[in-house]
Parts: sequence; structure tokens; C-alpha cells
Amino acid sequence: MEFIVTVNGAARTVPSGCTVAHLLEILEIDPRRVAVERNRDVVPRQSYGATHVEDGDQIEVVTFVGGG
Amino acid sequence: MLDDPFVLAGRRFTSRLIVGTGKYRDLDQTREALARSGAEIVTVALRRIELKPGQGSLLDAIDPKRYALLPNTAGCYDAEEAIRTCHLARELGMTDFVKLEVIGDRRTLFPDVEETLRAARILVKEGFVVLPYTNDDPVMARKLEDAGCAAVMPLAAPIGSGLGIRNPHNLRIILESAKIPVIVDAGVGTASDAAVAMELGCHAVLMNTGIAGARDPLLMAEAMRDGVIAGRKAFLAGRMPRRLHAAASSPEGGLLE
Repeated sequence: MEFIVTVNGAARTVPSGCTVAHLLEILEIDPRRVAVERNRDVVPRQSYGATHVEDGDQIEVVTFVGGG
Repeated sequence: MLDDPFVLAGRRFTSRLIVGTGKYRDLDQTREALARSGAEIVTVALRRIELKPGQGSLLDAIDPKRYALLPNTAGCYDAEEAIRTCHLARELGMTDFVKLEVIGDRRTLFPDVEETLRAARILVKEGFVVLPYTNDDPVMARKLEDAGCAAVMPLAAPIGSGLGIRNPHNLRIILESAKIPVIVDAGVGTASDAAVAMELGCHAVLMNTGIAGARDPLLMAEAMRDGVIAGRKAFLAGRMPRRLHAAASSPEGGLLE
């Protein structure tokens, strides 16, 4: 079974039971370089492995970029 | 060397120049400009990550042992967006420091001081070290200080304008009553602008385009470093009084007849 989640505004299919840690792995993102929001709540870094992604979730993955 | 630390929220810094990391050609230039500026605090913005693997990360260019990160809330137009950004920045940057920036107008990028103050009050309660970008308005500076901000950061001129210190008199009035550091944020275009800000008694200067927008950003990074140091020393030294007429520097007696 698969879920559809929105990651940074784009729909994406993920396997059911997928955790935030797994999602980052699928996206080939280094977890140390990002912060993650799930349905507008920050997911603490230490909870990536325990936080499951649900169907219809809105996920934001952000990083630092150059700015003033 | 002058023992004159810049103390911000209980942390001691040597450099009084805070630099942004935007608008550089690439990460190598960013890294080199930061190094030459002598800055110890650098601002960064928070954005959605590009979902294309293999891209260099700004965090590779910034050694966390060397620089204190100051995440900004640039691009936020209300308190809620700014607070949301701060929560993510804290998780990502492992820092409570935030440059609070709530913009009220897209063309001028002037701050929405009402929303800034509202956000500042909430963020202070949440334990953030809040450094707010604001107008050169002494009343708002006082309100931000009363809200518990760690510094107040009045603009010298619009962001990215390079127009210099447009209203030194207001900065002086802010400095007169502020008990927290006053950091000029935005508008500094060249080294003399930075020196003027420091000569007024400002505690530090924050800039990005002033360096990144120069023809030679690396040389300008050095110039800004030197300008801030020169201005600070001149402030501490106390300038001579201005006189309308000349006062000879050489003895007036003992001239040849």
C-alpha cells in the first residue's frame, strides 16, 4: 500500500509505514542539513525514525541558504 | 590589542561586523568573504530544500565552530510566518538566536513594526534570543527593548540600497536610551558608512549587499572589517570638536623674521 504526501508543495508517493527518516532517505537528503515540518509542526531531529508519515500529510523540508 | 568585546545576549565576540551570506557568486566566494570580513556572526535564510541531490549546502561553507549562525525570517510578512520560521531555524541551526524580520512592504522592504513587536513578544517568551530588524524609530526601539529583545537593529537605509546612514540623528536618539546593543542593519554601502555607524556609537553593523554587491566582494569584505574597526576606535577615542575657523597645528611663535 502507498500513501500520497505533499513534500515542499509537490505530491509524492511513499510506502505506507514510511517514517520521516525513511522519507529523507528516499529523497536522498542528509538529515543533518535540514529541518522538517509535518502538518505545520516541527519534527524534532531525534524523532525522525519514530515519526510516521500519514496519507495526505503536508511535509516541508527546509535548509539554510544564503541570506542577509 | 584593544580589550573591547562585543557582548550580545551574554556571549562575547571580538568582531563588531555581522555579515550576511546571500548574493555571492558561489560557496567558495561566500566562504572567503566571510573569512576576510573577520565576522563571527553570520546571517542565513531558511528555505525549502531543492529536491535535487548532490547540490552543495551553505552549511558546508560555514564552519559552526568559527561562526555563530543567525537565522533570519526574511520573506515573512506576518508574525505567524516569522515564528514558524524561527521554530524550524532553531531545530536546524541548534541556536536560539534569530534575526526577526517582518516585512511590511514589498517595494521598500520596510519592516512591519506592529507585527515585528507582536512576534518579538512571543519569541522572547519561547526562549529565543531575538534581534529585530526595525525602523530607525526610537519609540519602536524602546518597545522592542521592553519586549525583551537582546538587541535592536534599526535600518540605516532600505535593505540592499547602499544609501548609507540616512538619519544619524535618529540613531543617536536610539543610542541615548537603549540599554541593549544597537546594531545598524541594512543600508550600509561602503566602508565609510560602516565607520559612521560605529562612530555614532552603534555597537555593531550588519550587512550583506554592501559586501556581496561590490565589484570585488573579497576586497570589500576587508574594507568593511577595517571600517568597522576604525569607526569603533574613533568612537572610543572621542573625536575633536568641530570648529568653524582654523586652529593652526604648528606653533605660531618662533617664525623666521
